[in-house]
Amino acid sequence: MSTVLETKSVNKTYELGASVIRAVDDVSVSVQAGEFVALVGPSGSGKTTLLAMLAGLLSPSGGNILIDGDDLGDMSDAQRTRFRREKIGFTFQANNLVPFLTAQENVELMLRLNGKLDREGKLRAKELLARLGLGDRLKNLPRQLSGGQQQRVAIARALIHNPSVVLTDEPTASLDTERAFQVVETFSALIHEQKRAGIMVTHDLRMCQYADRMIQMMDGQVVRVIKDKAEIYDIARTSKIESQATRPATEKSNNATSQDAGRS
Amino acid sequence: MPIYLALKELWRNKGRFFLISLVIGLITTLVIFVAALAEGLGAGNREYLQKLNGELIIYNRNADLLIGFSQLARSKLAEVQRVPGVREVGPISFSSVSVLLGGDKRLNVSMVGVEPGKPGEPPVLAGQGLRSRSGREAIIERNMALRTGLKVGDDFTVKSTQAAKDQFYTLKVVGISDGRQYSLQPTMFVPLLTWDGIRPTAVVNESKGELTSHIIAVQLENPNDLKTMKQRIEDQVAEIVAVDRVTAYENTPGYSAQQSTLNTQGSFVLIIGTLVIGGFFQIQTLQKVPQTGMLKAIGTSNLTIALAAIVQIIAVTTLGVLLGGVATLLLKLSFPPTIPIVFTGNAALGGIAAIMLIGPIGGILSIRYALKVEPLKALGL
Repeated sequence: MSTVLETKSVNKTYELGASVIRAVDDVSVSVQAGEFVALVGPSGSGKTTLLAMLAGLLSPSGGNILIDGDDLGDMSDAQRTRFRREKIGFTFQANNLVPFLTAQENVELMLRLNGKLDREGKLRAKELLARLGLGDRLKNLPRQLSGGQQQRVAIARALIHNPSVVLTDEPTASLDTERAFQVVETFSALIHEQKRAGIMVTHDLRMCQYADRMIQMMDGQVVRVIKDKAEIYDIARTSKIESQATRPATEKSNNATSQDAGRS
Repeated sequence: MPIYLALKELWRNKGRFFLISLVIGLITTLVIFVAALAEGLGAGNREYLQKLNGELIIYNRNADLLIGFSQLARSKLAEVQRVPGVREVGPISFSSVSVLLGGDKRLNVSMVGVEPGKPGEPPVLAGQGLRSRSGREAIIERNMALRTGLKVGDDFTVKSTQAAKDQFYTLKVVGISDGRQYSLQPTMFVPLLTWDGIRPTAVVNESKGELTSHIIAVQLENPNDLKTMKQRIEDQVAEIVAVDRVTAYENTPGYSAQQSTLNTQGSFVLIIGTLVIGGFFQIQTLQKVPQTGMLKAIGTSNLTIALAAIVQIIAVTTLGVLLGGVATLLLKLSFPPTIPIVFTGNAALGGIAAIMLIGPIGGILSIRYALKVEPLKALGL
């Protein structure tokens, strides 16, 4: 598998008066094509900030983010915007869909933005939605869809333009348990099937059972990377995860986990 | 892409955008109406002087271009006539009388005294011009014909108060001219001597001296030679001032004040319209912040977002202007001719252009706001 996404010692700091807050601190990770990674950690651990930087929505204070070998830091705002619509798929916790477009039109939107909407594209959008169980909801507006259906439309939109990286932020936050499992399972299946690099930020450890790898963050740092499937299942089953790093983490242990993550 | 986004949103939110268009339509109607009212009132005041068949108008120098204050002796008429380059002169005097319409009804009209065949007498569309210098005959202009129902050949009675007593005079309609109102009143034109006998006075047969007129209309041999002729007449005839028609009607009592009042009203309507339209689009932009943030997050450029907003503003404004145009047309058809509202192409186009302009101007702030939306904040990331 080839490396699609790579971060090198990425950090993000904010100045608050005299103090400096390290929202993301020296994070180096990489994600391969066809790999689905769950990014977990408590609120304020820096996982959403990291996700925003990976999406090119936020510039890192230091370090590099490479997608398909292109460094986001070398790009202008306009180039990053173009890069986002071509190479990145994104689903959000809420407000995922354009309210005045139907499910099918929402999915086709990414193709339209990239100037690639043709008959074949429309057919693919329909097929993808059908695959996600929304074949009979193509003409429905978002307000006519349930939360789970909206998330599935968003997943289809995030994948339709064949992006290199698909990012999803708390995709199950507003769903009931059954729908949440369905959405993440489908997402994971499509990531694997289409050979994308997928990253999911979630609070819900149960959803990690579909991930190939878990990256645990705390206080802006990667404190643990779990690759063992059995261990991932165990965490998902019990919804409990231990941090290998005690707070505050030592520089040595952080570097070790970060490098570990980078090698994964 | 911008057009697609803009039109899809308009179509899927037809009700909301239609209401905005309706408000813009009402503003359009108001703008066109104020413009039409200004035009109607202005025309009612200036129509006669504007259409006068003379290039220059002579006033007494001390009258400050106020017709009522100007008195020009007969000798001045002859002096002006003798100035080289003057083709023809015509004395003109103004007053008001009432036309009896039967029963208790009467109509106040402007009575203009002119010399038959001289500048000042309006051309007739029906009938014929004034024939004698002192005959009991009148040319009535279109508005007076409409308001009184008089036709060529009809006799009518006018009432004039002389020496605190009502005096009645019978006149015959010999001709009907186009619209030539003066002082916002329907107007009739009578021979100057007849005018002098009928006009309201403090005592009966007050004017027994030299026949004077308020102003003199001057036809030039070369109408393009205004400046030179004005100077020449003022140089050769003492105690007078010569002005062109525009200067004359702009100095009609109340004209400038009336027009500036109406123009100010029009400007205020436009300002209010800009604020209302701007407010609508601003509220809409605020409501769409999460949506705009999401669009930006998935890679929609600022240009696309700005163009979509502009297309939407133009479409909504255009629909509003069309609705306003139709509403104005329907209202116009329901108005009686007595109401001084005149819809001209220029006034309507001016109003429409102004609204089409204030739409985007009102929307600029909202577009600016939309461009500043931060995807991270909008999405709560």
